[in-house]
Amino acid sequence: METILRELQPFDKEAMDRAIEKDHGLHPDDKFLKPGRIPHIWCPGCGLGVVLTCFIEAVRRKGLSVDECAVVSGIGCTGRVAGYLEMDTYHTTHGRALPFATGLVLAKPNLKVTVFSGDGDLFAIGGNHLIHAARRNIDLKVLCVNNFNYGMTGGQVAPTTPLEAKTSTTPLGNAEPGFNLPHLAHASGAVYVARWTTYHPRQLVDSICRTFEKKGLTFIEAIAPCPIGYGRPNKIGSGLDEMRLYREMSEVRNGADPKDAEITLGGKIMVGAFVDTERPDFLENYRTKVVAKAQQRAGDRQKGRAA
Amino acid sequence: MSVCSRQRGNEFGTQDREYIQENQMVPRDILTGEHFIHGDAACAEGGLAAGCRFFAGYPITPATEVAESMARRLPEVGGVYIQMEDEIASMAAILGASWGGVKSMTSTSGPGFSLMMENIGLGMMTETPCVVVDVQRAGPSTGLPTLVGQADMMQARWGSHGDYGCIALVPASPQECFDLTVQAFNLAEIYRQPVFVMTDEVVGHTTEKVVIPHRDKLKIVERPKPSQARGDYLPFDSSGPYPAPMAMAGDGFHVHVTGLTHDERGYPVITDAVQERNIRHIVNKIRKNADKIIQVEMIGLEDARVAIVAYGCTSRAARQAVENMRKRRFKAGLLRLITAWPFPSNLIRNLAERIKTFVVPEINYGQMAYEVERTAGRKAKVVLMAIMGGSMHTPGEIEEAVGRYL
Repeated sequence: METILRELQPFDKEAMDRAIEKDHGLHPDDKFLKPGRIPHIWCPGCGLGVVLTCFIEAVRRKGLSVDECAVVSGIGCTGRVAGYLEMDTYHTTHGRALPFATGLVLAKPNLKVTVFSGDGDLFAIGGNHLIHAARRNIDLKVLCVNNFNYGMTGGQVAPTTPLEAKTSTTPLGNAEPGFNLPHLAHASGAVYVARWTTYHPRQLVDSICRTFEKKGLTFIEAIAPCPIGYGRPNKIGSGLDEMRLYREMSEVRNGADPKDAEITLGGKIMVGAFVDTERPDFLENYRTKVVAKAQQRAGDRQKGRAA
Repeated sequence: MSVCSRQRGNEFGTQDREYIQENQMVPRDILTGEHFIHGDAACAEGGLAAGCRFFAGYPITPATEVAESMARRLPEVGGVYIQMEDEIASMAAILGASWGGVKSMTSTSGPGFSLMMENIGLGMMTETPCVVVDVQRAGPSTGLPTLVGQADMMQARWGSHGDYGCIALVPASPQECFDLTVQAFNLAEIYRQPVFVMTDEVVGHTTEKVVIPHRDKLKIVERPKPSQARGDYLPFDSSGPYPAPMAMAGDGFHVHVTGLTHDERGYPVITDAVQERNIRHIVNKIRKNADKIIQVEMIGLEDARVAIVAYGCTSRAARQAVENMRKRRFKAGLLRLITAWPFPSNLIRNLAERIKTFVVPEINYGQMAYEVERTAGRKAKVVLMAIMGGSMHTPGEIEEAVGRYL
């Protein structure tokens, strides 16, 4: 049918390249960051900058090349980290980063795939996928940034929001207790479970480094301030004020039982590397138990033996 | 004799392929020869022959057998079968595997197809090649799980939100399940998007002869690799009639793939100006190449006064009806849709110049019939023969209906 269209503004690659800051490359982290993408979209006081920098530092410290790494993210403020990294990155649908990453890592098993997403993305809409990825022990490094709300959409209640906390959809206080993420991850089968806050960047880097050494589903919860979505309605103050709160309320308990890691409003925040264990990952099971049998049967069939 | 190794292969399936070679085993990816199998199994064999090495799916009647075949066969060819926790995860996983460089597919029926819609949209927006087989059953909702339907045809075209192009192939036999699944993979690689194989419960569960040709006779399209250097490569280039070649994870191109509206570099840009380029590209790559994609079969249309437009299992009854009528010298013809999407609009427009009536039997309350009506315009009458689901039209039923317009 006859169609009237607006005039297209063609893609101007030269203009794009010119717009990239002249000083990209001066900062040591720049080789891990895509040129032309800074300034980022996050709020002043947001903890995502700290978590992203910790991730970059861990990649650098382990001597990994960006071509050995990939990041898969979901929807939300945390999901946006994918757009800033200079590596193969996949910004997928809400809650579905884990199954997408499952396909990716099974197709390219030598890639170190990090699933970098938020608490709502991984534990509300994506909860079922988290449980199964951990059960199967898919070789994925999950880095969950928990800011206790849905920040991108303006600060709504999330499954991690503590009881009685205020958000835009719990203006009178939350009627639900928040999930204990380390407990859930551990119960589902994650082989590494840790929680830190952005007040613990050195430990966070150490944990991320440790997950790069392990095979299987690893889980790190990184608690981060969200001054606009969570800090303001709960009268916590700025991002720095929230980090002071982490300093005051957090208790490092490495090796503790994740079931004790529940977070309540005004309560202690237990941090640490809680679980570090080993078990065969999905591909190891698939290769040794399924593929080997299939190939043996095919071999027997060829040699004339009954399958 | 173990194929397991602590060291992961550099390339997917390498150590399995090496095992096959070292032990001088006959490769089992293309089972050349004559088989007596049902449509679902034929879809699986078509996928394997086309190079599919990753299947993620979820059981659902009447598509379960595609998954069962793949579960049994993929370990034999160095591939991976994984049963995901739901269809949403299945669709996400096949997109991920595709970006990992492996041809991937899934299979489902109506309720699962509905669940997959959001991630189908992600596949369309990110231009990710893969194949989705929908073995249609009567709906809506749980419907008649074990009985035939053809009511997902419009959903294939419009099911996910937003604008995108659609390629949907419709087999009418287990042989076509094999042939068209191979073609679906080729089309997916050329046009860089999910391609649908819309079978139905009858074709999927009918057992017939399927001939799998020798590998030299099979035309398989391999994924083109970017030829430019990283700085010059535009993964979502919209300037040409075809999509850009696709860089896989780990190839060194550091692509950013997002469902957000993005520019040719893949960077999200939240403006109407970039949306114009982004959407026109993903729609036009199908619309402007439609004549290369459309496939139909025409029987007796040279002098037909009434044309039956049918697809899938219904076309088998229609074919018999046309044969019977032609024997009795009635000028009836059959236009069989092999591709339902893109729809052969120009063909219908031309046929409508000389064909008085189009009769469209479908196992739904009117889906493709609307396309026939839209494109025939006022030039020809269009009659819908609708069965809500659960059984097929009989040749006699179709003959009687066509007879009213001859």
